[in-house]
Amino acid sequence: MSIGLPHFLVVSTLVFLLGLYCVLTRRNAIGILMGVELILNSANINYLAFSRYGSANYDGQIFAIFVIMLAAAEAAIGLAIVIGIYQTFHTIDVEATETLRG
Amino acid sequence: MEHPIATQSLRWIIFLPLLGAVINGLFGRVIQKQFGKNAISILACAPVWLAFAISLSVFFQLRGVAPEERALLDNVWDWIHIGDLHAPMAFWADPLSATLLLVVTGVGGLIHIYSVAYMHDDAAFWRFFAYLNLFTAMMLTLVLGDNILVMFVGWEGVGLCSFALIGFWYEEYANATAGSKAFIVNRVGDFAFVVGAFLLFWTMSAAGHGSVIFREINQHAEVLSGKTFWGMDVVTVVTMLFFIGATGKSAQIPLYVWLPDAMAGPTPVSALIHAATMVTAGVYMIGRTNVLFSMAPTTLHVVAFVGGLTALFAATIGTAQNDIKKVLAYSTVSQLGYMFLGMGVGAYAAGIYHLVTHAFFKACLFLGSGSVIHAMHHEQDMRKMGGLRKWMPITHWTFLISTLCLTGFPFTSGFFSKDEILWKAWSSENGSPLFWLMGFCGAGLTAFYMFRQVYMTFYGEFRGGHHDDHGQGHGHGQEAHPHESPLLMTLPLAILATMALVIGLVGIPHSLGGSLEFEQWLAPVFEHGHEAVAHHAAHGSSATEYLLMAMSVGIAFFGIFVATSMYLWKTWSPDFFTNLAGGKVYTWVYNKYYVDELYQETFINGTLRLSQFLAWFDRTIVDGIVNGAATVVRGLSFLNGMFDQYVIDGIVNRLAEATLFTGQRFRQMQTGSINAYLYVVVGAVVVMMVVELAWAG
Repeated sequence: MSIGLPHFLVVSTLVFLLGLYCVLTRRNAIGILMGVELILNSANINYLAFSRYGSANYDGQIFAIFVIMLAAAEAAIGLAIVIGIYQTFHTIDVEATETLRG
Repeated sequence: MEHPIATQSLRWIIFLPLLGAVINGLFGRVIQKQFGKNAISILACAPVWLAFAISLSVFFQLRGVAPEERALLDNVWDWIHIGDLHAPMAFWADPLSATLLLVVTGVGGLIHIYSVAYMHDDAAFWRFFAYLNLFTAMMLTLVLGDNILVMFVGWEGVGLCSFALIGFWYEEYANATAGSKAFIVNRVGDFAFVVGAFLLFWTMSAAGHGSVIFREINQHAEVLSGKTFWGMDVVTVVTMLFFIGATGKSAQIPLYVWLPDAMAGPTPVSALIHAATMVTAGVYMIGRTNVLFSMAPTTLHVVAFVGGLTALFAATIGTAQNDIKKVLAYSTVSQLGYMFLGMGVGAYAAGIYHLVTHAFFKACLFLGSGSVIHAMHHEQDMRKMGGLRKWMPITHWTFLISTLCLTGFPFTSGFFSKDEILWKAWSSENGSPLFWLMGFCGAGLTAFYMFRQVYMTFYGEFRGGHHDDHGQGHGHGQEAHPHESPLLMTLPLAILATMALVIGLVGIPHSLGGSLEFEQWLAPVFEHGHEAVAHHAAHGSSATEYLLMAMSVGIAFFGIFVATSMYLWKTWSPDFFTNLAGGKVYTWVYNKYYVDELYQETFINGTLRLSQFLAWFDRTIVDGIVNGAATVVRGLSFLNGMFDQYVIDGIVNRLAEATLFTGQRFRQMQTGSINAYLYVVVGAVVVMMVVELAWAG
């Protein structure tokens, strides 16, 4: 059995769901960031898969490189925010940072 | 008359007394304190006598030229010039005004001198003379005015001075009210006079000859003929209005009521204003506008009838008065009635003639009564006098002479002037036996009441011996009887009495060998009028004239006889009259026919009731409307407030509450928990996906 587009999509869906689960369930801010990375990477898998099996050009691959770059930038900013949170609350537990409650 | 002689002397006749009035009026108090009452007297008397001197020169200047040129014009300045209305401040002297000038300044001057003695004990001496001079100036303005407006200045001015002088002793309430009464009653007449002047000017202006100057009115009077106003002949309306003005000023029915009350003023005032000068202003005014009156026979009949009626009516009241001045007051009203009778029958010269003679003898009578009152320490009731002849011979003789003149004793001035009027009343085109009869009966009554007065005052026993007992402060014996007045008072009396005797000589009728010089003298003034009224000389014969003359002398003697038998010989008791018809007649006459009470009931109370009604109307209706409107506005604004408070504010508040409520609900969403947000995001995406798929499916 050759490996086709549906396999990639299943993998990317699993990665997305794992990332989502991670984001939703982690109370640790870094864990959440990691979940976000998973979600981004699931998107990358989709880009590459559609690029490989769908169209004849390289748009999807270029987008994947953009996403990796954005993910790096996002991680940098996210970690900076986490450090800011830590300096303020002396914890990175997001349950403790509810000062914006209405 | 067309080309009057220009002069500058007339203004001084008015200006001098005016100057005296100003000086005494403004600085009199100081002058009196610094230099005494003599200074005031000189300041007051000199201008009047200077004015008399100028008047004499004016008189002789007029005598010196031909009759048709006898007119002087002194144009002082252009007073009013608006459109058609051209009223210069100008003075006009023709034979008529020159005659009045001599009377006003001459009699006025004598009365000024008399007043010096009469008013000597009065603290407000200066004020009295200021008023008196002002009055003289105003009367001269009235006489000399060359147009209606200037005349009206004088007309109102004399009314003002009359008011001030009647109420001269204003501390007493009755005097002050008498002054007000004179002023208010005169105001009624003045109003008619003004309306008449307006109507005259208006009508003449519409006809292209608008003027208020007398000689121009006379010249263009014919444009008025045939003109109507509200369906009435305009000349009749104008002259009727003028005549109403004259009844106010000259105390004729129905506006005579103020004159008897005017006796509240000092006696020289009564002599000057309320006998010799001001009250004759109405007669003079009719003489001045005789051309108009001659064009209105209806008015002339009314004038004659009212004059005759007043002459008779006032004479009857005079018979029952006990106040020495009241008798003379009603006598004045009665004699003014004769003058109007004369004017009314078109005998203008005769009316003016009686005006002049009356000025002398009535002024003398008033001054004589003043002398008596002075001697009696201001007692005016004749029942407390009597026998004064012994102690006051000069007063007695002058009073008697003037009384004879007034009663028309043969060959005195009153005889000539009154008979002239009675003769014209009978014989003139406008006359009638009725007019003659009224004058004739009045003459008899005049003789009766005047001799009643003479006998009650100067003859018989002195009945006032006790006046020292109450309050005069003199010891017994030394003031037991009155004394003759000082020379300053008796001299004017003597002069006036003499004048009263001889002044008649200027108007002796043809039938008695005279030449009616006075009538000829006034002829230039009245010739227009005589053209309109057919000349009277054609009517009646000499024989009739002698008969009428004899009859009026006869009734005068009858009146004297009745008075003598009642009050001197006492052979016939006055009770005969007082008990006539159960005393009712006497009570009526004694109470002056209750005319004052009638006026009180009708006009005064009517006015009061009207004003009370108007006050009620104002308070209830007008204020009611205003208050009602205010209440309505208040109600409306209350409703408005309620609406604002509950509806508008309610909406705003409910809106705010709703916003708050929703805000409070929505803020629950803002948990601050990142997880919660994420759940929401994911949930929303899932929902959107489901919806999308369902949609697509």
